Amino acid sequence: MERLSFDFACRGDPAPLLAPILVGVVASGNLEVLVEGGAPPGRCRLEVLTSARGFGEIWEAVLRDFATRHSLSGLAVSVNDAGATPAVVSLRLDQAVDEYLRRP
Amino acid sequence: MTGPARSFREATARRRLEGVLDPGSFREILGPAHRLTSPHLAALDLPVSFDDGAVVGSGLLGGRPVLAAAQEGGFMGGGVGEVHGAKLAGLLGLAERQPWAGVLLLLDSGGVRLQEANAGLLAVSEVMRAVLSARAASVPVVALVGGGWGCFGGMGIVARCCDAIAMSEEGRLGVTGPDVLETTKGVEELDASDRAAVWRTYGGKHRYLLGEADRLIEDDLSAFREAAMELLSARRDLGLEELEREHRHLGRRLEEFGGCADARDVWRAAGVEDPDRLPGLEPADFRAAVRAARRGDR
Repeated sequence: MERLSFDFACRGDPAPLLAPILVGVVASGNLEVLVEGGAPPGRCRLEVLTSARGFGEIWEAVLRDFATRHSLSGLAVSVNDAGATPAVVSLRLDQAVDEYLRRP
Repeated sequence: MTGPARSFREATARRRLEGVLDPGSFREILGPAHRLTSPHLAALDLPVSFDDGAVVGSGLLGGRPVLAAAQEGGFMGGGVGEVHGAKLAGLLGLAERQPWAGVLLLLDSGGVRLQEANAGLLAVSEVMRAVLSARAASVPVVALVGGGWGCFGGMGIVARCCDAIAMSEEGRLGVTGPDVLETTKGVEELDASDRAAVWRTYGGKHRYLLGEADRLIEDDLSAFREAAMELLSARRDLGLEELEREHRHLGRRLEEFGGCADARDVWRAAGVEDPDRLPGLEPADFRAAVRAARRGDR
């Protein structure tokens, strides 16, 4: 397993402090994404635990893209990955934020 | 049924709970943000899941308060590890504390998570005891079996410890699963790659015909919801008389079907005309076709 941590600057609106949301499943080629509020203002923090070692640069590119697109200040994202492809990771992250913001 | 069919089998554990319980009523206990992950998997350098593959909580079913748990088959085949099992047993333990209308177990599991060895085995036995304790406290426990991983090993026993079981045709129920059976008894006993034979042996239709499953329903979340509502009132006695009756029933079953090599032989011996057509029937037609032949054990 490899643990990766990212902390990006986010200039966007503050993420609302809502109930945490989990999407996806830790199954082969898939991942789960936990989205919470509560990271420091102006930052987007992401923690990744992945079974595929040596892909740190690709994770950084995918997650930086995600943080730029949504730019929610104070968002905390935690990922358990079982070898998902970058496209699947991107889709899951979008799904997670979408569900997080839509929850009552 | 209302709205288009939504597959129970294809849904995740969380989606299943949302689809079976009253909309928006589920409240998770020890949800993923608590990060109760498996220490055993971490020690083995394997991926973990924030909920350890078990989603537990409370909700409403037709307006009645129930406890509910769902196993996520996608994570390690729904294997029961120490944390996963403790969440199930802990939820069942709540059943005695309040007048709950029942406990729903949405089971989807190959059995014990082998990586957790004895801790997983102990966890499964704790779940069995907790099911029986809840039942002894007059809280009905209903198993819903329709996930892609079936319900095998210790969880198969847990299902049969419940008051009632609802299954889809796609669901499978047993103790020794097809691959383990082939490995230990040989391919002559069961070819685990023969999907038709596997479903004839373990599938919902066979279990319903034998009287082990109380409902055979469509692979649809609304169908599971309706079956769960009905089965909340299907309480089974837990006393010695019931146990002896069940033993007599199983003894008769062994005499009746013990010589059968294939489920089709069982169906024929049970009095089903043209048993070869059973696998192709829709649930409602199937129920009608086996009404007279079905063995009721309750």
